[in-house]
Amino acid sequence: MSPFELLIAPLEYPFMLRALAVTLVAAVVCAVLSCWLVLIGWSLMGDAVSHAVLPGVVLAYLVGAPFALGALVFGLLAVALIGVVRDGGRVKEDAAIGTVFTTLFALGLVLISVVPSQTDLSHILFGNLLGVYTPELVQVLVLGAVTLAVLLLKRRDLTLYAFDPVQAHAIGLSPRRLGALLLGLLALTTVVALQAVGVILVVAMLIIPGAAAYLLTDRFSRMLVIAPALAAVCAVAGLYLSYHLNTSSGGMVVLAQGTAFGLVYLLSPRHGLVGARLSRARRGRPVSLGA
Amino acid sequence: MSAPAVAVAGLTVRYGEVTALSEVSLEIGAARVCGLVGMNGSGKSTLFKAVMGLVRPDRGTVLVGGEPPARARRSGAVGYVPQSESVDWTFPLSVGEVVMTGRYGRMGWTRRPRAADRAAAAAALERVELADLAGRQIGALSGGQRKRAFVARALAQDASVLLLDEPFAGIDKRSEATMTRLLRELAAAGRTVVVSTHELRALPRLCDEAVLLKNAVLAHGDPASVLHPDTLALAFGLDPLAEEPAA
Repeated sequence: MSPFELLIAPLEYPFMLRALAVTLVAAVVCAVLSCWLVLIGWSLMGDAVSHAVLPGVVLAYLVGAPFALGALVFGLLAVALIGVVRDGGRVKEDAAIGTVFTTLFALGLVLISVVPSQTDLSHILFGNLLGVYTPELVQVLVLGAVTLAVLLLKRRDLTLYAFDPVQAHAIGLSPRRLGALLLGLLALTTVVALQAVGVILVVAMLIIPGAAAYLLTDRFSRMLVIAPALAAVCAVAGLYLSYHLNTSSGGMVVLAQGTAFGLVYLLSPRHGLVGARLSRARRGRPVSLGA
Repeated sequence: MSAPAVAVAGLTVRYGEVTALSEVSLEIGAARVCGLVGMNGSGKSTLFKAVMGLVRPDRGTVLVGGEPPARARRSGAVGYVPQSESVDWTFPLSVGEVVMTGRYGRMGWTRRPRAADRAAAAAALERVELADLAGRQIGALSGGQRKRAFVARALAQDASVLLLDEPFAGIDKRSEATMTRLLRELAAAGRTVVVSTHELRALPRLCDEAVLLKNAVLAHGDPASVLHPDTLALAFGLDPLAEEPAA
């Protein structure tokens, strides 16, 4: 097959074009958000919120409301419940998170099993890139654009919140409101991404790009460029690979991100394994590293 | 303009069953350096939190420059220099970017720095002698430089009251002398500096006054008398008048 066929032929199908657009938007929005999540230490919170939206999405489907609304309500409900359980005093935060989100996720699974149209809703779990039609595409584009715009416009406040919430408070900002904003955007981002990779794998896109970018730079402003760029490349590569290998598209996109992270982890000039411990890395990997 | 820089009256703060501060009343005048001395758990941090409005008092009031804490915060009057342990030194921000966050309260909605903000941040860095390190990642500074970077943030903010939590912990003698000189100069220029510290050694040279805390004010006055061995023994649980040696 010529390179032309490899790259252009898939795009002759409209469903592939729509899939590409949705994957790119989801990957970029998730990647930008991931920069804050990994620095605050909210990876588990990302996992929790992205899973906890499931019953909200199913209920929204049932009553014919927008998925985003159901997701937002249940995302924030999950955060509130986690806060209540944690602040009870006896239960540590990770146990509170683990208890709340798995219960809500289970509620979502049960709801899916009792709702008549089962095949449709199972796509929420695993994503359904190739089944994206124009209404879904429009929803993803609009939500993605809004989320991205708010993240970028408020990026300095959110970064201060991540770095030093006490200072945010001391200069008259509200750390509580900034935290709530970030969690609300997390719930919206989940809606954007669940079409692409599904509820289960969203968390990968919400952690991996930021974690990889953090290994590559000491500047937050550069993380905000590196993470989405890396995620976009992985999204395109993953989608093409899934087309040619006839494999799960969401799975392939996340696999591409994981592989990219692995390479960064090994090869990052300053914080990579090879850069830091060249000799040890050489023993572990029989290939020449050009040193 | 006769309002004291910090005025605390009848302040009581409880965390559940534990009383962190009980009936604390003290006034700190403008343009002075005040040392806050006490053991861990003596309520130093809680007093700072009350001045910043981070804890809700069970009783009593706090005024900063004559204003309630919320209004003082909004006008940028309260500058805070955190303890080293509470800062994520691997965070990907440069010294200059951290100092610029001091200006956020004075900026628009998106916190986009204008010329005046850049000038204020540059002047603050100059003031603490870190101008040539503005581009460094915040953790790539020495212990003393890190402290000064956060002082610069409070200066960029143009805070009239600076709260420093353990500014001498983990820094060498020379940095301690530099910091002492800097804080003295800031007080001379009209800012009020409140320092919580274990470093009693540094206090006489640094402070105009000292407060000895043990969940209540045990002594408040000039450093020499507050730091008198008999007074200190009270704060650290050794009662010099007691018959038996304390545990």
